Amino acid sequence: MASNIVLSEVEYNVVGKRHLRPDGVDKVTGRAQYGADVQLTGLLQGKVLRSPHAHALIKSIDTSAAETYPGVHAVVTAADLPFASLSREELGGEYQRLKLASNHVLASDKALFKGHPIAAVAAESQHVAEEAARLIRVEYEVLPPAMTVRQAMESDAPLLHEDLFTSELGELSDKPSNVASHMAFETGDLDEGLKQADVALEREFETASVHQGYIEPHNSTAFWNTDGQLNIWCSTQGPFVVRTSVADILRHPVSRVKVTPMEIGGGFGGKITAYLEPIAALLSRKSGRPVKVLMTRTEVFEASGPAPGTWMKVKLGVTSEGKITAADIFLAFEAGAFPGSPVMQGAACALACYDVPNARINGYDVVVNKPKTAAYRAPGSPQAAFAVESVIDEICEQMGMDPVEFRLRNASREGVRRVEGPIFRRIGLVECLEAARNHDHYKAPLEGPNRGRGVAAGFWFNRGFQSAVNISVNPDGTVNLIEGSVDIGGSRASIAQQAAETLGIAYEDVKPTVVDTDSIGYTMVTGGSRTTFATGWAAIEAAEDVKTQMVERVARIWDTPVEDVQYIDGILSHKSDPELRMSFRELARQLLGTGGGITGASNVDPSGEGNGFGVHIVDVEVDPDTGKTTILRYTAVQDAGKAIHPSYVEGQMQGGVVQGIGWALNEEYFFNDQGHMMNSSFLDYRMPTALDLPMIDTVIVEVANPGHPYGVRGVGEVPIVPPLAAIGSAISHAVGRRIDRLPANPGAVLEAM
Amino acid sequence: MPGLVHVSTTINGNPTDFLCEPRQSLLEVLRDVLGMTGTKEGCNDGNCGACTVVFDGRIVTSCLVLGVEAQDKEITTIEGVATPEGLHPVQQAFLENAALQCGICTPGFIVATKALLDREPDADEGRIRHWLAGNLCRCTGYDKIVRAVLDAEDKMKA
Repeated sequence: MASNIVLSEVEYNVVGKRHLRPDGVDKVTGRAQYGADVQLTGLLQGKVLRSPHAHALIKSIDTSAAETYPGVHAVVTAADLPFASLSREELGGEYQRLKLASNHVLASDKALFKGHPIAAVAAESQHVAEEAARLIRVEYEVLPPAMTVRQAMESDAPLLHEDLFTSELGELSDKPSNVASHMAFETGDLDEGLKQADVALEREFETASVHQGYIEPHNSTAFWNTDGQLNIWCSTQGPFVVRTSVADILRHPVSRVKVTPMEIGGGFGGKITAYLEPIAALLSRKSGRPVKVLMTRTEVFEASGPAPGTWMKVKLGVTSEGKITAADIFLAFEAGAFPGSPVMQGAACALACYDVPNARINGYDVVVNKPKTAAYRAPGSPQAAFAVESVIDEICEQMGMDPVEFRLRNASREGVRRVEGPIFRRIGLVECLEAARNHDHYKAPLEGPNRGRGVAAGFWFNRGFQSAVNISVNPDGTVNLIEGSVDIGGSRASIAQQAAETLGIAYEDVKPTVVDTDSIGYTMVTGGSRTTFATGWAAIEAAEDVKTQMVERVARIWDTPVEDVQYIDGILSHKSDPELRMSFRELARQLLGTGGGITGASNVDPSGEGNGFGVHIVDVEVDPDTGKTTILRYTAVQDAGKAIHPSYVEGQMQGGVVQGIGWALNEEYFFNDQGHMMNSSFLDYRMPTALDLPMIDTVIVEVANPGHPYGVRGVGEVPIVPPLAAIGSAISHAVGRRIDRLPANPGAVLEAM
Repeated sequence: MPGLVHVSTTINGNPTDFLCEPRQSLLEVLRDVLGMTGTKEGCNDGNCGACTVVFDGRIVTSCLVLGVEAQDKEITTIEGVATPEGLHPVQQAFLENAALQCGICTPGFIVATKALLDREPDADEGRIRHWLAGNLCRCTGYDKIVRAVLDAEDKMKA
C-alpha cells in the first residue's frame, strides 16, 4: 500500500536527501532553549490583567493596591504607552494606525474582546504577579457585543470603533461601520458567463473561528537597560517583525531594539504579532529589571489570533461538458477586534485552481468582538476553498462527473490569468490531479454503509520576501552558516543542504545557526511557505560568494588569472594545468596564511516564487447514531517543487492535513451570548490526537520551480487548504446531505442527517 | 506568603532536595526551582502532555502534581533519558524518522514512549496511538511519531 511517494525530475548530491537535522539532538534531549526557558539575573515575572468583557467602555483603572503589594516592582497600563502622550497633530497621518496598534497591546478607553489586555504587573514570582493583578480595580460599562460577521454587518449592530469608516473599493465612506473594507476582483463578463452555463448552482457557507493551536504558549522576556538598549528574547516567527513593531509602538529607535528568537514551539502564522513584547519592555523600563511574561493556554485562546470565522456565498455556472463559465463569490471574513482579516488572500485564492473566464469576487473585512485574527497557514485560502470546492463537488454529483476529471478540464496551467491579475508561470496542478487519479487510494473502491469519499484541490501563492545569510569558512574545511530564519520545522537542515550542494561539500560540513536581529541582515518571517525558497536562495548566493572568493584566493596562490580557475563539486582546479588542483578543504586550511578568512554574504528579495497546488483524497465513515466522523484513509498530493528534505516536506503535508481535519470536524471557538469563549482549554477545544487518525499518505510531485536554482516552491501552506472541502464532501456523500457549515462535529452531522 | 517546604526526592537517579511553596506544581519545581527546563509547559491543566514525567513508575503530567508530592518518590524526566554514551533508542528513532518539527512536544512524547516500550516492547500501531493520545503534537499529524515508535521497538531489540 502507498505511504510516502516522491515523484522526482532531477537528483542532486545533497538536496533531496533525508539528512538528520542539526538541532535534532538538542530537541530530543530537552536541551533546546525555548522562550519560556530564558533565565536572567534579577528576572521578574509578569502577568497581564485582561478584560472579562467582550465589549466594554473602560471608565477607570485603579492600580494603587497592586503597586503597593509586597513583591511587586511595576504596574503598567495603556497610559504608559507613548501613544497616550502624543497628540493627533504630532502623529499626523500615523495617528490612526498607531492608535490601533497601541490599543491592541493595551486597551485604553475600550475593551474590544474578552481577554483584551488592560494592565500588567511585574513581581518576584508568577504567583505574586497573579495576586497583584487581581487587586487592580477596573470600572467597566459593559456594551452589547457583535460576535459574527452577519451580526456585525447589520445596520443597527453595536459599533466597535466609532472612527472606523468603510474603505469601499478604495473610497472612504462617511458613516462609521464595522465593515473595515469592501474589496472586489472582477474578470470577463459575469452575466455573459452565466448565460453560457447549462447548470448554475449557488450555495451559502459558514465556518467558525479556529486557533493555530501551537503547543508552546506565547512568551516574551525583555530588559530595557538604562542606556536605552532594549533586549528581547521571545518565541516568534519573525524577530525582525517584532523589532519593527516594538520600535513603532514604543517610539524607540529600531537600532536600539535587539530581538533574540529562542527556539519556537510552533507558530503556523500565529506567532508574528508582538502581543507581549511591548508589555514586557514597559514593565522592564519601569522596574529596571528583566521581565518575563508568559501566556496561559486560556490567554492564548482568548487573546492571540485565531483564523477568521466566515460567511460565504458561491455561485458557479458550468456547461454540460463540465467547463466552468462563471463564478460569483461573496466572502465576509471576521477581522476580530481590529481591521485586517485575510479576506483579500481568500478572494485571490478562491478560484486560483481553475481557468474561469468570467468572475466577480466581493470581499468584506468586518470587525467583531473577538481577538484580532492572525495568519494561520495559507490565511484565507482554506475557508474560500471550502466554499468553492464544495459547490464543485455538488455540481459533479449532479452531473455524474468524476471530480478529478472535472478539475482536470478546468485546471489552471501555465499562461492562465488569475482573477486578481497575475498570469501563472509553470505550475503543477495538472500533474497533481493526474497523480491523484493514478493513486491506488483513488482507484480502490470504497465499500460499506455510511462511508463517503471526498476530493478537493487547494492553492497558495508561496512567497519570496527578504532573507539574509552569511557563510564563513572554517580552517577544517567546514562552514558556519548564519541565518535570520527561525527554524520551526527543520529549516536549518533544508537551508544547510542548499549551501552544501552549491559549495560541493558534505551536508555535515555546514553548521547553521539562527541569530538575533543585530547579527544578520533583515530577514522576513518564517511563514508563507517562503523560508526554504527565499532563505535557501540567500544561502545559495552566499555560497556563490564564498566560491568566488575561494577561486580568487587559489588564483593568487597559483599566481594565475582568475579566469583559468574552475570550481566544480568542491574541487578548485586549473583549466589547463592538471597539476594545479585543490579541494575546498585543502584551500580552507591555507586561508589564514594567504590573506585571511573568507565570508560570503547575501541579502536577497527573490521574485521567482513558484505557486503551490495540492489535491487531497479522503475516505470517511459516519456513525449514524452519534454523527461522529472517522477518517478511514487520507492521501495528500502536492507540487512542492524540488523537495529539499523530503521527510520535512512530508511532515508539513501531514501536519497541515491534520490541522485541516481538526478544522473540519471539531475545532471552533464556542461563545456564549455575552461573547465569552466557553472552550478555552485543550480539553474543550478538541484538537486531533494520535488516536483520532490513520497514517497520512503523501505524494510529493516535483514540478521544479523555474524561478529557483534547485526548483523549490515551498510547502507549508497548501496542505491545510483542501481538507475542509474534501472532508465536507466525503461526509456529504456518506450521509446524503450537504455539509455547508464547519465544524462538522457529531451534533452538526446528526442535525444535517 | 506561605512558608517553604523541604522535599527529599530522587530525580533521574540522583538524590535531590529542594524547597518549594506548597502551591507550586512539580512542573514549576522542575523548571523554576531546579532549572530543569527540558520538561515543557503547554497548557498547565493536564491536557497536552508536554510536561510528562515518570513518577514512581507511572507517567503523569507534572503540571497536575504538586512539588511536595515528590517526597520519597522516584522521578524520571527527559534529562534522564539519554546516557553519557549517547541517545536512547527512542530519541535516536525520533531524530532519524523526522518525528519532530518544532520540538516543544518532543520531550513529553519521548518520556511517554519510553514508558510504553519499557513495559510493552511489541506495542502495535493501535496501542501506540492509544498510549500517546494524551500527548498533543500540532506539527506532525502524528504519522512520523508513530513510525518512530515502531522503529524504536526494532532498535531496542537489536
